[in-house]
Amino acid sequence: MAGAVRRPDNGEVGVSVMTSPDRRARARRTRRAQEELHGRLLVAPTLLVVGLVVLAPFVASFVLAFQDLRLIEIRSLGLGDLGVSLDNFADVLSSAGFWKAARTTLVYATASTVGSVLVGLVLALALRRPFRGRGLVRGLLLIPYVLPVVAATTIWTTLLNPQYGAVNEVGRRFLGWEAPINFLSTYDIDLWGLPVPVALSVVIAFEVWRSFPLAFLFITARLQVVPRDVEEAAVVDGASPLQGFRHVLLPQLTGVIALLALLRFIWSFQNFTDVYLLTDGAGGTQVVAVRVYEELVTRADIGAASALGVLMTLALAVPLALYVWASRKERA
Amino acid sequence: MPRTRNRPPLDRHAVERRVLAVLRVVVIVAAVLASAGPLLYGIVLSLRSLPDVIAAPLALPAPGELDFGAYSEALRDESADGYGLARFMRNSLVVAVGTTVLAVACSTLGAYAAARLRFLGRDAVNGFFLAVYLFPGIVLAVPLFVLFSRMGLTRSLLGLVLIYLAQTVPVSLYMLRNYFRAVPASVEEAAEVDGCNRVQVITRVVLPMALPGITATALYVFMIAWNEFLFALLFLVDDRERWTVSLGIAQLTDFTVPAPVLMAGSIAITVPVVVGFLAAQRLLISGLTAGAEKG
Repeated sequence: MAGAVRRPDNGEVGVSVMTSPDRRARARRTRRAQEELHGRLLVAPTLLVVGLVVLAPFVASFVLAFQDLRLIEIRSLGLGDLGVSLDNFADVLSSAGFWKAARTTLVYATASTVGSVLVGLVLALALRRPFRGRGLVRGLLLIPYVLPVVAATTIWTTLLNPQYGAVNEVGRRFLGWEAPINFLSTYDIDLWGLPVPVALSVVIAFEVWRSFPLAFLFITARLQVVPRDVEEAAVVDGASPLQGFRHVLLPQLTGVIALLALLRFIWSFQNFTDVYLLTDGAGGTQVVAVRVYEELVTRADIGAASALGVLMTLALAVPLALYVWASRKERA
Repeated sequence: MPRTRNRPPLDRHAVERRVLAVLRVVVIVAAVLASAGPLLYGIVLSLRSLPDVIAAPLALPAPGELDFGAYSEALRDESADGYGLARFMRNSLVVAVGTTVLAVACSTLGAYAAARLRFLGRDAVNGFFLAVYLFPGIVLAVPLFVLFSRMGLTRSLLGLVLIYLAQTVPVSLYMLRNYFRAVPASVEEAAEVDGCNRVQVITRVVLPMALPGITATALYVFMIAWNEFLFALLFLVDDRERWTVSLGIAQLTDFTVPAPVLMAGSIAITVPVVVGFLAAQRLLISGLTAGAEKG
């Protein structure tokens, strides 16, 4: 680490030649004290902002979850009004649709995590060897990640519009669909006798589309530092391309893939914006994050909204703990 | 064992190699179409008139038929029969620039300390910032909404700046720390010998040398602040004068706004972000994925 290898006193050589060792030691001590002070001062603004706008609210959400509190009451809220009540949790857990929303959230987060990591991995491998125009292709692949989310959902909504959207037009003209499909509010359709969820598949596809570039970038960065010689040795030993990937390359990518999967899962699990903008929670896409918003804004029930948030946080602690545990075991 | 003897029959290799070569091309073409296609579709649609789009959803406009009217309609103020996007863009610009300046200032100082100085709790600070990164969005939205309403900070752009600042500072500090570590410490030491104090070292030596990294970080913060939707919705939905671009476009989709105008609006808010991204692509990517190669 840079701090550890900083010179102790060679910068003061000109002075220290003439001074006693005792004075030199004192100079070093004041330097350490100064470094300590400066370090703290320099991180103070960041700590202050993060503490006030992230940590304090985070703690507050736990406090609010135990209050019987309506939006209208917060103007007059004082610390003396706070109590402890488990009603919010009881209400939230027994309310209609909660468990269904929890299941939807789990399916949504899992499917979009697996999807985006898989697509990112395949593309990172496909673009591994250089070819003409690779830089351009790489740039184009990043478009979904860079596009403002509202622009992306607006374009997707238009693409899927039943009246003039390109997807329905293609379906009717070339694939023999009899009627346009309302992708963003249809629960499921029968496909060869199997009910296939429509709106949920669309929001998952959207999430995969928007987040695969990050997985692609991370895996590409990792691939660039994989040593070539082991792979070459595997080829010389007679491994086929797939065997080489499975036994030589993949083991080296597990670390970055696990990290990506964790991050993606946590982010998708609490994703509100994409689902809200695409479907508003219709067609079986009501995830818990959308319910939090509805409790807060539509029903103005702060206690219930906070309780839902707390439950989400607790649920997310599970994959986080699993990841930490697995990476500790890996290192040991 | 002689290695050449070890090969299984050649045909399996040949088949795998050929299939993979074909698949590779198919995958790349499909991925490029899927990534760039929707944006292209949006651009095409924004240049056609609504009756044309309804009559022939898949048609491409001839060069003579290009219609830029949707852009001016989207951008014009409501008082001039438009949708006020220019005003939304001004609001977003204020928020995004404010956030960027503050975030870069805070994270430059913090990142310098984390990269160069030994102080109690330095490692705790690093871990703590990454932990913050894991809890954005909806979980914090409820308490923040309550606290900011209590303080009267909803219905103001300042409230948004504060939230975006807190949401971007941890990552930008992390990114900048990596850039600072790449700057050799010896130069700073030379400056110290020449009599610079800590602040002078930062402003005169570290900043100029880490400028590319700082640019990339600034761009990252700008993009987040420009694109954010949830808090803009929670704080400003009733206050049309202060709508940001994301909130504005999202609200317009709820009204009966013609599709070409919506597309024009979406493209217009995308342009600043895409231009910035392309300009700093390499730097941004290396900053965002720093550390991935160790994973």
